[in-house]
Amino acid sequence: MIPTPDLSHLSDDDKLHVYDPAGKLPYCDTFLLLDGLEKDAEQLKKQNLLICLEIGSGSGCVSAFLGSILGSANALYLCTDINTRASICTAATGKQNKIPLNPITCDLSGPLSSRLRHSVDIILFNPPYVPTDHDEASYAQDIAGIAGSWAGGADGMEVTNRFLDNVGNLLSDHGRFYLVALAQNNIPQIRQKMQSSFNLNSEVVIQRRAGRETLHILRFCRSVGNV
Amino acid sequence: MVRLITHNLLACHVKGCTSNNFPLIFQDVQIELQEAEFNPDFVTHILPRLEWGALVDAAKQVGDTSLPPERPEMMDDDLLRQLHHVLMEIHVVEGAMICPNCKHSYPISNGIPNMLLAEHEIG
Repeated sequence: MIPTPDLSHLSDDDKLHVYDPAGKLPYCDTFLLLDGLEKDAEQLKKQNLLICLEIGSGSGCVSAFLGSILGSANALYLCTDINTRASICTAATGKQNKIPLNPITCDLSGPLSSRLRHSVDIILFNPPYVPTDHDEASYAQDIAGIAGSWAGGADGMEVTNRFLDNVGNLLSDHGRFYLVALAQNNIPQIRQKMQSSFNLNSEVVIQRRAGRETLHILRFCRSVGNV
Repeated sequence: MVRLITHNLLACHVKGCTSNNFPLIFQDVQIELQEAEFNPDFVTHILPRLEWGALVDAAKQVGDTSLPPERPEMMDDDLLRQLHHVLMEIHVVEGAMICPNCKHSYPISNGIPNMLLAEHEIG
Protein backbone atom coordinates (compact mmCIF):
# COMPACT_ATOMS: atom_id res chain seq x y z
CA MET A 1 0.00 0.00 0.00
CA ILE A 2 1.55 3.24 -1.15
CA PRO A 3 0.46 6.18 0.99
CA THR A 4 -1.60 8.94 -0.63
CA PRO A 5 0.53 12.12 -0.87
CA ASP A 6 0.20 14.59 1.99
CA LEU A 7 -1.78 17.63 0.79
CA SER A 8 -2.27 19.21 4.22
CA HIS A 9 -0.15 22.22 3.16
CA LEU A 10 -2.76 23.33 0.59
CA SER A 11 -5.17 26.00 1.82
CA ASP A 12 -8.93 25.98 1.14
CA ASP A 13 -8.26 28.88 -1.21
CA ASP A 14 -5.67 26.81 -3.10
CA LYS A 15 -8.22 24.03 -3.48
CA LEU A 16 -10.83 26.48 -4.73
CA HIS A 17 -8.52 27.78 -7.47
CA VAL A 18 -6.65 24.62 -8.40
CA TYR A 19 -8.35 21.36 -7.78
CA ASP A 20 -9.20 19.42 -4.72
CA PRO A 21 -8.79 15.70 -5.26
CA ALA A 22 -11.28 14.94 -2.51
CA GLY A 23 -13.68 17.75 -3.34
CA LYS A 24 -14.82 16.86 -6.84
CA LEU A 25 -16.90 13.87 -5.77
CA PRO A 26 -18.41 11.99 -7.44
CA TYR A 27 -15.56 12.65 -9.89
CA CYS A 28 -12.96 10.97 -7.70
CA ASP A 29 -10.70 10.82 -10.71
CA THR A 30 -7.41 11.64 -8.99
CA PHE A 31 -7.82 8.72 -6.60
CA LEU A 32 -8.72 6.35 -9.43
CA LEU A 33 -5.55 7.39 -11.26
CA LEU A 34 -3.54 6.74 -8.08
CA ASP A 35 -5.20 3.31 -7.80
CA GLY A 36 -4.36 2.56 -11.44
CA LEU A 37 -0.71 3.50 -10.91
CA GLU A 38 -0.56 1.46 -7.74
CA LYS A 39 -1.92 -1.54 -9.64
CA ASP A 40 0.93 -1.16 -12.14
CA ALA A 41 3.53 -0.24 -9.49
CA GLU A 42 5.62 -3.40 -9.77
CA GLN A 43 5.87 -3.10 -13.57
CA LEU A 44 6.70 0.60 -13.30
CA LYS A 45 9.53 -0.01 -10.83
CA LYS A 46 11.11 -2.61 -13.13
CA GLN A 47 11.14 -0.38 -16.19
CA ASN A 48 13.84 2.16 -15.24
CA LEU A 49 11.61 5.08 -16.16
CA LEU A 50 13.74 8.23 -16.38
CA ILE A 51 11.52 11.02 -17.66
CA CYS A 52 7.98 11.44 -16.31
CA LEU A 53 5.61 14.09 -17.61
CA GLU A 54 2.27 15.01 -16.08
CA ILE A 55 -0.01 17.26 -18.11
CA GLY A 56 -2.32 19.41 -15.98
CA SER A 57 -0.69 18.53 -12.68
CA GLY A 58 -3.08 20.64 -10.56
CA SER A 59 -2.26 19.98 -6.91
CA GLY A 60 0.75 17.81 -7.87
CA CYS A 61 -0.77 14.85 -6.04
CA VAL A 62 -0.43 12.32 -8.89
CA SER A 63 3.21 13.11 -9.72
CA ALA A 64 4.12 13.02 -6.02
CA PHE A 65 2.50 9.58 -5.84
CA LEU A 66 4.40 8.40 -8.91
CA GLY A 67 7.57 9.73 -7.28
CA SER A 68 6.90 7.62 -4.20
CA ILE A 69 6.57 4.54 -6.44
CA LEU A 70 9.68 5.14 -8.53
CA GLY A 71 11.86 6.88 -5.93
CA SER A 72 12.61 10.57 -5.64
CA ALA A 73 16.14 10.37 -7.09
CA ASN A 74 15.44 7.78 -9.80
CA ALA A 75 13.52 9.88 -12.33
CA LEU A 76 12.85 13.41 -13.52
CA TYR A 77 9.33 14.61 -12.74
CA LEU A 78 8.12 17.33 -15.13
CA CYS A 79 4.68 18.82 -14.45
CA THR A 80 2.82 21.28 -16.65
CA ASP A 81 -0.36 23.24 -16.00
CA ILE A 82 -1.85 26.35 -17.63
CA ASN A 83 -2.91 27.60 -14.19
CA THR A 84 -0.07 29.51 -12.46
CA ARG A 85 -1.59 28.75 -9.12
CA ALA A 86 -1.54 25.02 -9.90
CA SER A 87 2.20 25.22 -10.64
CA ILE A 88 2.76 26.83 -7.23
CA CYS A 89 0.71 24.07 -5.53
CA THR A 90 2.59 21.38 -7.48
CA ALA A 91 5.93 22.76 -6.27
CA ALA A 92 4.65 22.89 -2.68
CA THR A 93 3.29 19.33 -2.85
CA GLY A 94 6.65 18.12 -4.14
CA LYS A 95 8.41 19.80 -1.24
CA GLN A 96 5.92 18.51 1.33
CA ASN A 97 6.32 14.93 0.09
CA LYS A 98 10.07 15.12 -0.59
CA ILE A 99 9.68 14.41 -4.31
CA PRO A 100 11.41 17.00 -6.53
CA LEU A 101 8.57 18.02 -8.87
CA ASN A 102 9.45 20.46 -11.67
CA PRO A 103 6.42 22.60 -12.53
CA ILE A 104 6.25 24.56 -15.79
CA THR A 105 3.33 26.88 -16.48
CA CYS A 106 2.30 26.19 -20.09
CA ASP A 107 -0.34 24.64 -22.31
CA LEU A 108 -0.07 20.82 -22.55
CA SER A 109 3.55 19.87 -23.40
CA GLY A 110 4.21 23.22 -25.20
CA PRO A 111 7.90 24.15 -24.77
CA LEU A 112 8.93 20.55 -23.96
CA SER A 113 7.59 18.94 -27.15
CA SER A 114 10.58 19.41 -29.43
CA ARG A 115 13.28 18.40 -26.92
CA LEU A 116 11.32 15.46 -25.53
CA ARG A 117 10.76 13.76 -28.89
CA HIS A 118 10.66 9.98 -28.24
CA SER A 119 12.08 10.62 -24.77
CA VAL A 120 9.23 10.46 -22.27
CA ASP A 121 8.91 7.17 -20.41
CA ILE A 122 5.61 7.90 -18.71
CA ILE A 123 2.94 10.50 -19.41
CA LEU A 124 0.03 11.11 -17.05
CA PHE A 125 -3.02 13.13 -18.06
CA ASN A 126 -6.20 13.70 -16.08
CA PRO A 127 -7.76 16.05 -18.63
CA PRO A 128 -10.80 18.33 -18.51
CA TYR A 129 -13.19 15.59 -19.69
CA VAL A 130 -16.65 16.88 -18.78
CA PRO A 131 -18.73 17.51 -21.92
CA THR A 132 -19.62 21.21 -22.23
CA ASP A 133 -20.23 23.49 -25.16
CA HIS A 134 -17.18 24.61 -27.11
CA ASP A 135 -17.23 28.21 -25.91
CA GLU A 136 -17.31 27.23 -22.25
CA ALA A 137 -14.28 24.94 -22.66
CA SER A 138 -12.40 27.45 -24.76
CA TYR A 139 -13.02 30.28 -22.28
CA ALA A 140 -12.00 28.05 -19.37
CA GLN A 141 -8.66 27.31 -21.04
CA ASP A 142 -8.11 30.99 -21.84
CA ILE A 143 -8.59 32.21 -18.29
CA ALA A 144 -6.64 29.20 -16.96
CA GLY A 145 -8.59 28.84 -13.72
CA ILE A 146 -10.41 26.00 -11.99
CA ALA A 147 -12.96 25.46 -14.79
CA GLY A 148 -10.03 24.64 -17.09
CA SER A 149 -9.54 21.47 -15.06
CA TRP A 150 -12.93 20.04 -16.03
CA ALA A 151 -14.67 21.85 -18.94
CA GLY A 152 -13.92 19.62 -21.93
CA GLY A 153 -16.06 20.96 -24.80
CA ALA A 154 -17.68 18.64 -27.35
CA ASP A 155 -17.77 15.05 -25.99
CA GLY A 156 -15.43 16.34 -23.25
CA MET A 157 -12.61 15.72 -25.74
CA GLU A 158 -11.55 19.12 -27.11
CA VAL A 159 -8.49 19.56 -24.89
CA THR A 160 -7.68 15.83 -24.79
CA ASN A 161 -7.72 15.58 -28.58
CA ARG A 162 -5.22 18.42 -28.91
CA PHE A 163 -2.83 16.44 -26.71
CA LEU A 164 -3.46 12.95 -28.14
CA ASP A 165 -1.92 14.08 -31.43
CA ASN A 166 1.34 14.69 -29.55
CA VAL A 167 1.57 11.47 -27.56
CA GLY A 168 3.15 9.35 -30.29
CA ASN A 169 5.93 11.91 -30.72
CA LEU A 170 6.68 12.19 -27.01
CA LEU A 171 6.71 8.55 -25.88
CA SER A 172 10.02 6.68 -25.76
CA ASP A 173 10.21 3.15 -27.20
CA HIS A 174 9.04 1.58 -23.97
CA GLY A 175 7.02 4.61 -22.89
CA ARG A 176 3.50 4.45 -21.52
CA PHE A 177 0.67 6.94 -21.32
CA TYR A 178 -2.07 6.98 -18.68
CA LEU A 179 -5.29 8.85 -19.47
CA VAL A 180 -8.40 9.45 -17.38
CA ALA A 181 -11.59 9.20 -19.44
CA LEU A 182 -15.35 9.00 -19.01
CA ALA A 183 -17.54 6.56 -20.93
CA GLN A 184 -19.09 9.68 -22.54
CA ASN A 185 -15.70 10.53 -24.08
CA ASN A 186 -16.17 7.50 -26.38
CA ILE A 187 -13.37 5.29 -25.11
CA PRO A 188 -13.47 2.76 -28.01
CA GLN A 189 -12.94 5.66 -30.41
CA ILE A 190 -9.99 7.04 -28.41
CA ARG A 191 -8.35 3.60 -28.33
CA GLN A 192 -8.90 3.03 -32.03
CA LYS A 193 -7.51 6.44 -32.93
CA MET A 194 -4.33 5.87 -30.90
CA GLN A 195 -3.89 2.43 -32.47
CA SER A 196 -4.33 3.62 -36.04
CA SER A 197 -2.43 6.93 -35.71
CA PHE A 198 0.51 5.87 -33.53
CA ASN A 199 0.35 2.08 -33.29
CA LEU A 200 -0.25 2.38 -29.55
CA ASN A 201 -1.94 -0.55 -27.86
CA SER A 202 -4.22 0.15 -24.94
CA GLU A 203 -5.90 -1.41 -21.97
CA VAL A 204 -8.37 -0.29 -19.36
CA VAL A 205 -6.31 -0.52 -16.16
CA ILE A 206 -9.17 0.16 -13.79
CA GLN A 207 -12.67 1.59 -13.91
CA ARG A 208 -15.13 2.81 -11.32
CA ARG A 209 -18.67 4.09 -11.23
CA ALA A 210 -18.93 7.60 -9.83
CA GLY A 211 -22.52 8.75 -9.61
CA ARG A 212 -23.98 8.54 -13.12
CA GLU A 213 -20.56 8.35 -14.76
CA THR A 214 -18.05 5.57 -15.19
CA LEU A 215 -14.46 6.73 -14.90
CA HIS A 216 -11.70 4.78 -16.65
CA ILE A 217 -7.93 4.79 -16.49
CA LEU A 218 -6.52 3.90 -19.90
CA ARG A 219 -2.93 2.83 -20.47
CA PHE A 220 -1.30 3.12 -23.90
CA CYS A 221 2.01 1.42 -24.85
CA ARG A 222 3.94 0.91 -28.06
CA SER A 223 3.85 -2.86 -27.90
CA VAL A 224 2.09 -5.57 -25.95
CA GLY A 225 5.42 -7.05 -24.86
CA ASN A 226 6.02 -4.13 -22.54
CA VAL A 227 3.00 -4.69 -20.38
CA MET B 1 12.47 25.33 -9.41
CA VAL B 2 14.15 25.63 -12.76
CA ARG B 3 17.07 23.26 -12.55
CA LEU B 4 19.51 22.95 -15.42
CA ILE B 5 18.14 19.50 -16.25
CA THR B 6 14.74 21.09 -16.92
CA HIS B 7 16.25 24.05 -18.78
CA ASN B 8 17.98 21.56 -21.12
CA LEU B 9 14.55 20.24 -22.18
CA LEU B 10 12.85 23.58 -22.88
CA ALA B 11 12.73 25.28 -26.28
CA CYS B 12 10.93 28.39 -27.48
CA HIS B 13 7.46 27.42 -28.77
CA VAL B 14 6.26 30.68 -30.24
CA LYS B 15 4.41 30.17 -33.54
CA GLY B 16 6.90 30.00 -36.41
CA CYS B 17 9.97 29.99 -34.14
CA THR B 18 11.37 26.60 -35.11
CA SER B 19 15.11 27.04 -35.62
CA ASN B 20 17.82 28.34 -33.30
CA ASN B 21 15.09 28.30 -30.60
CA PHE B 22 17.20 26.26 -28.13
CA PRO B 23 18.82 26.61 -25.64
CA LEU B 24 17.07 29.52 -24.00
CA ILE B 25 19.44 32.10 -22.53
CA PHE B 26 19.22 32.92 -18.83
CA GLN B 27 18.87 36.60 -17.94
CA ASP B 28 19.07 38.40 -14.58
CA VAL B 29 18.97 35.15 -12.64
CA GLN B 30 18.95 34.55 -8.92
CA ILE B 31 20.33 31.17 -7.92
CA GLU B 32 19.78 28.91 -4.93
CA LEU B 33 21.75 25.77 -4.20
CA GLN B 34 19.76 22.87 -2.75
CA GLU B 35 21.32 19.55 -1.96
CA ALA B 36 19.79 16.56 -3.75
CA GLU B 37 20.32 12.83 -3.34
CA PHE B 38 23.08 11.62 -5.70
CA ASN B 39 22.06 8.76 -7.99
CA PRO B 40 24.95 7.95 -10.36
CA ASP B 41 22.78 5.59 -12.45
CA PHE B 42 20.22 8.30 -13.08
CA VAL B 43 22.88 10.81 -14.16
CA THR B 44 24.53 8.24 -16.46
CA HIS B 45 21.26 7.24 -18.11
CA ILE B 46 19.80 10.70 -18.52
CA LEU B 47 22.89 12.13 -20.26
CA PRO B 48 22.10 10.73 -23.74
CA ARG B 49 18.78 12.62 -23.63
CA LEU B 50 20.48 15.95 -22.89
CA GLU B 51 22.54 18.30 -25.04
CA TRP B 52 26.02 18.62 -23.60
CA GLY B 53 26.93 21.95 -25.20
CA ALA B 54 23.67 23.56 -24.04
CA LEU B 55 24.31 22.29 -20.52
CA VAL B 56 27.87 23.64 -20.42
CA ASP B 57 26.67 27.07 -21.65
CA ALA B 58 23.76 27.19 -19.21
CA ALA B 59 26.08 26.26 -16.34
CA LYS B 60 28.43 29.11 -17.31
CA GLN B 61 25.51 31.54 -17.36
CA VAL B 62 24.72 30.67 -13.76
CA GLY B 63 28.36 30.86 -12.70
CA ASP B 64 29.51 27.24 -12.85
CA THR B 65 32.45 26.56 -15.15
CA SER B 66 33.32 23.07 -13.89
CA LEU B 67 32.19 21.06 -16.95
CA PRO B 68 34.56 20.30 -19.85
CA PRO B 69 33.46 21.80 -23.21
CA GLU B 70 33.25 18.37 -24.89
CA ARG B 71 31.41 15.43 -23.38
CA PRO B 72 34.10 13.02 -22.11
CA GLU B 73 33.83 9.45 -23.32
CA MET B 74 34.56 8.04 -19.90
CA MET B 75 32.55 9.21 -16.92
CA ASP B 76 34.33 8.82 -13.60
CA ASP B 77 32.71 9.25 -10.22
CA ASP B 78 34.01 12.82 -9.80
CA LEU B 79 32.53 13.91 -13.09
CA LEU B 80 29.20 12.20 -12.33
CA ARG B 81 29.08 14.02 -8.99
CA GLN B 82 29.86 17.30 -10.70
CA LEU B 83 27.15 16.66 -13.29
CA HIS B 84 24.71 15.78 -10.54
CA HIS B 85 25.47 19.11 -8.89
CA VAL B 86 25.06 21.10 -12.10
CA LEU B 87 21.89 19.29 -13.25
CA MET B 88 20.05 18.79 -9.98
CA GLU B 89 21.29 21.19 -7.30
CA ILE B 90 21.48 24.60 -8.98
CA HIS B 91 18.03 26.19 -8.88
CA VAL B 92 17.16 29.31 -10.81
CA VAL B 93 14.53 30.97 -8.64
CA GLU B 94 14.09 34.36 -10.34
CA GLY B 95 14.95 35.82 -13.73
CA ALA B 96 14.01 34.99 -17.29
CA MET B 97 14.85 32.71 -20.21
CA ILE B 98 15.24 34.42 -23.59
CA CYS B 99 14.86 32.75 -26.99
CA PRO B 100 18.07 33.18 -29.00
CA ASN B 101 16.00 33.40 -32.20
CA CYS B 102 12.84 35.48 -31.61
CA LYS B 103 13.95 37.05 -28.28
CA HIS B 104 10.72 36.01 -26.55
CA SER B 105 11.21 36.31 -22.79
CA TYR B 106 9.88 33.61 -20.46
CA PRO B 107 9.86 34.89 -16.88
CA ILE B 108 10.84 32.73 -13.90
CA SER B 109 9.22 33.64 -10.59
CA ASN B 110 9.49 31.72 -7.31
CA GLY B 111 11.30 29.00 -9.23
CA ILE B 112 8.46 28.48 -11.72
CA PRO B 113 8.88 29.31 -15.41
CA ASN B 114 5.87 30.93 -17.05
CA MET B 115 5.83 29.67 -20.63
CA LEU B 116 2.25 30.55 -21.53
CA LEU B 117 1.91 32.30 -24.88
CA ALA B 118 -0.48 35.00 -26.03
CA GLU B 119 -3.11 33.87 -28.54
CA HIS B 120 -1.28 35.33 -31.57
CA GLU B 121 1.91 33.48 -30.56
CA ILE B 122 0.34 30.01 -30.45
CA GLY B 123 1.24 27.71 -33.34
